[in-house]
Amino acid sequence: MSFSNSKDKSVVAVYKLVKAPIYSHCFSQDKSILAVTCETDCLVYRVSNNTPPVLFATLKDHDKTITAVDISIHGRIVTCSQDRNAYVWEPLSDGTYKPTLVLLRINRAATSVTWAPNGYKFAVGSSARIIAVCYYEHENNWWVSKHIKKPIKSTINCLSWHANGVLLAAGGTDGFMRVFSGFIKGLDSKESVAGSPWGQKFPFGCLIREWYQGSYIHDVEWRSQMERIAYVAHDGTLNVVDYQSPVQSVNAPEGLPYRSLVWINDHEIVCGGYSCHPVLFSEASEGWKFAKNLDKSDNNKSSALTASGNADELSGNNDESSTFGISALRKFKELDLKGKVSTDVQESAHENAIVELRPFAESNGQITQVSSCGLDGKIVIYTI
Amino acid sequence: MSQSLRPYLTAVRYSLEAALTLSNFSSQEVERHNRPEVEVPNTSAELLLQPMHISRNENEQVLIEPSVNSVRMSLMVKQADEIEQILVHKFTRFLEQRAEAFYILRRVPIPGYSISFLITNKHTESMKTGKLVDFIIEFMEDVDKEISEIKLFLNARARFVAEAYLDEFVY
Repeated sequence: MSFSNSKDKSVVAVYKLVKAPIYSHCFSQDKSILAVTCETDCLVYRVSNNTPPVLFATLKDHDKTITAVDISIHGRIVTCSQDRNAYVWEPLSDGTYKPTLVLLRINRAATSVTWAPNGYKFAVGSSARIIAVCYYEHENNWWVSKHIKKPIKSTINCLSWHANGVLLAAGGTDGFMRVFSGFIKGLDSKESVAGSPWGQKFPFGCLIREWYQGSYIHDVEWRSQMERIAYVAHDGTLNVVDYQSPVQSVNAPEGLPYRSLVWINDHEIVCGGYSCHPVLFSEASEGWKFAKNLDKSDNNKSSALTASGNADELSGNNDESSTFGISALRKFKELDLKGKVSTDVQESAHENAIVELRPFAESNGQITQVSSCGLDGKIVIYTI
Repeated sequence: MSQSLRPYLTAVRYSLEAALTLSNFSSQEVERHNRPEVEVPNTSAELLLQPMHISRNENEQVLIEPSVNSVRMSLMVKQADEIEQILVHKFTRFLEQRAEAFYILRRVPIPGYSISFLITNKHTESMKTGKLVDFIIEFMEDVDKEISEIKLFLNARARFVAEAYLDEFVY
């Protein structure tokens, strides 16, 4: 475990686990197990306080890049990959995992996977323009899937289950955020969606609602108690919708898009993305707005140098007691010096884009810590 | 170099920073393929983003073509006369033949441009985006300097050769 030397106290822990990018990570329910994707393998670590994670299992049945991993409340790990497959890994008593292939019946890459809150089914998004909702079939002893096809036009990037385990929000590169019903007969009961403001009947695969954003949707997250959905898009916006009012939208202060978001409480969301540090947004009476940056590096000089027009260098030039002609020459010479590679190291804990944020610690309904994984192969835990 | 170079480079820098928000994207056309979408004939229009064209003058232009998992950036290097045209061609050809060592260099430039870079999600994952942008901006600055330096050398050498040759005819 290493601590960031930044003045910001928001970074709790930084684990540099692998050299490859981590596209997805997940902690188990009790935070004792951490699963991360690393190229074609899924690495499972045992985590305890104040010690670095210890690798104890490597899940290596995939033969192409693993795109997503999730752990159910029962400890089952599901991984999906660009080789079109998904595996469910059942933990055994000796610490190893038994893989079961999921019959996804898709012919393109699987891109995202999430367990339903009850842990008995999960949804897989794919480049085949299909969402496969998978559940265990006892008669045949394998995981089978049902497909949601219409009206998806492009790759699914992200999925999120409502706490009732029926409503499934999905976003993708077609720029639509959609809510489907993932109701599986025999697995879900009608009582769980009784009185839902989203509709009366929820047959499987039914499109409940859709919103058009026009740019890639990178992540979507339900806030079930509030019946709200937040999503982040490639146009650098964070958007919050519910079943009746119009979309509330807020722009990223740095302009770079976010890849992931987590609800902190009913009125706060933390986002992370290409700006390499998490950003907190909060809801006030006038709508959503930027609240604060977490672990932001102070001296991102490389871009500031050109933006501020070398103001500091020019002012530093004035106290030089050289002759007029020389100083004028220098002045114009330095005006010409642009885009110089600054040697300062970036101070934020993540050196590359944050790909995924997950809630880490919670106390009375409020998320207090979030974990993140990034393209730099690090897992960082932030306190809000 | 002149004062108008800075806003040009700043515009290129910010456009590149915005374009280099790439993700690992597996092809939705071909099974088990993962290819730079900007380089392949594409039937899904949503994967290609709006190209950005930054022009300082008719001789110095930049075209940035972003897509979901790759960015193609083409650069037109200033060519004031025929000698510079030859020099730029030779210089970029020299680099392109060694494209493996440059990682992000495209072997063939886009028609109408002197040199092209192809940056994919593999590059942004293994290198820092900020440094990549710095490298390209620095390249844009240096290539002009380099070309005019070569031109000076060439002129000096031509003069020397001409003098040495014409000496034969002096009585």
